[in-house]
Amino acid sequence: MAKFDTKVQLLKYKVLKEVARLAWKDQLLDHVMDIPKTIVPGKTPTMRCCVYKERAILAERVKLAMGGNAEEPHVIQVIDIACDDCPASGYEVTDSCRGCLAHRCEQACRRGAISFDHNHTAHIDKSKCVECGQCAKVCPYSAIANRKRPCQNACKIKAISITEDNAASIDHEKCISCGACVYQCPFGAITDKSYILNVIDFIKRSEGNTKYRTYALVAPSISSQFSEVKLGQVISGLKALGFHTVVEAALGADMVANLECQELAEKGFLTSSCCPAFVRYIKTAFPSLTEHISHNLSPMGALAKYMKEHDPTAKIVFIGPCTAKKMEVQLDTVRPYVNAAMTFEELQALFDSRDIDLASLEEDVLDNASYFGRIFARSGGLSDAVAEGLKEHNLTDFEYTPCVCNGIEECRAALLKLSHNALKANFIEGMACIDGCIGGAGCLTHGEKNKAEVDKYGRQALEKTISDAVSILG
Amino acid sequence: MKVTVCIGSSCHLKGSRPVVEQLQALVAQNQLSDKVDLGGTFCLGHCQQGVCVTVDGELYSVSPETVTDFFNAHILNKA
Repeated sequence: MAKFDTKVQLLKYKVLKEVARLAWKDQLLDHVMDIPKTIVPGKTPTMRCCVYKERAILAERVKLAMGGNAEEPHVIQVIDIACDDCPASGYEVTDSCRGCLAHRCEQACRRGAISFDHNHTAHIDKSKCVECGQCAKVCPYSAIANRKRPCQNACKIKAISITEDNAASIDHEKCISCGACVYQCPFGAITDKSYILNVIDFIKRSEGNTKYRTYALVAPSISSQFSEVKLGQVISGLKALGFHTVVEAALGADMVANLECQELAEKGFLTSSCCPAFVRYIKTAFPSLTEHISHNLSPMGALAKYMKEHDPTAKIVFIGPCTAKKMEVQLDTVRPYVNAAMTFEELQALFDSRDIDLASLEEDVLDNASYFGRIFARSGGLSDAVAEGLKEHNLTDFEYTPCVCNGIEECRAALLKLSHNALKANFIEGMACIDGCIGGAGCLTHGEKNKAEVDKYGRQALEKTISDAVSILG
Repeated sequence: MKVTVCIGSSCHLKGSRPVVEQLQALVAQNQLSDKVDLGGTFCLGHCQQGVCVTVDGELYSVSPETVTDFFNAHILNKA
């Protein structure tokens, strides 16, 4: 059975698998309405108040698994009826308040928002409270709780608000499609649209890769996924699905590192362009800093461009941990090269929709990139690769001072400093997800060992330098 | 003349990079840059015979050790 971190992922997977299963057989149009009942049979609810609500929500999930509303480009979507209207009242005194004498909460509150009733129980005056949390910190009984919605908590760029009817709402002008809310919502009420039907269509219409070739461009974070089988078996699985071949996006990372170090030495300051969520965050939240963004395409874009130049009718599908890649492939600068983006979650569903048992397959090989291209998958890897690139290009006179931003909050802090000319660094590595791509919302699992897995995979690469890896491209 | 070297994983492990590098050098040494369009592709579908190289669509099996002979026989004489 597939391994996921949460039951929400499992539910999403079941929907994707069912949609894919019907699509391969050309039966989706006839049977799409049956999917909710296939997943929730019988009369006993297992997730919600009744099976009818469960099925109504599943019908919405099916729509999004089929790409959702084509007129609406945004990838991250709220399923209104799935939103449980979680409490969002902020700091509140709970029943655990014992009405003590010390009143540390009152002392800690600088706004005078805390008062006491005749039982000496604390109360917070919401008109004065600024949600600083000091009262909660000092209470010896942990009696003050912060009732914040998990989605809002996850969204560090504050793109989620609450509508009048109490459901979560995403400000798509601000949203960077990182998927943090998708992963954190305990009810699975926020989800990423899927384009697996396009992928299935590309594979089918290629007629066994005779009409054109379909390529799977896989992100290096795959090394931390599908941990119950060998990576080589996943590669065989991708070919069994119908891809002509599998190529490492990490080779694109080598291409980017090779150019990025030169651009950096020339300009003297750069912010990275690998993470589409980080790039979009700069453009929306710090538009005046846009000029500093590296001119390189992302590794995915750079390699896909090379591949399309050599095989113009190719269909290229990026497979990675990232929901923001689904937005990146819609950009005018990337659309000509990458035909679709999907996540590891979706790949698992595709494998199982065709009953591909990875464990029974022989091991194929995957080796296109260098160690440095491969370690782009984890925080700090890009900065290490740029340092290596400077060395390989004999640009050692350039005093390189990278600022590694692990997660969007650190990105925000660095960009704020930069906007006030207070940043002591000449390169910002921005990764919206904590730990880098291995922390992406589209991963099957997130674990302590993922970083070590990426480094190990990096060391297994045939090519040891960036120059050697890109030399093969001619 | 179009010469395409497979740079897919399997051929890469069998030595695509030295094959590409040597072909580039040989093309330059023989002043054939105008006549020979050297390119890479990911997988020609004959992984067992790697390193796979096609010359105007015809498939050859080359290795880093045989690349000079291959160049003399199939590129230099025909370009």
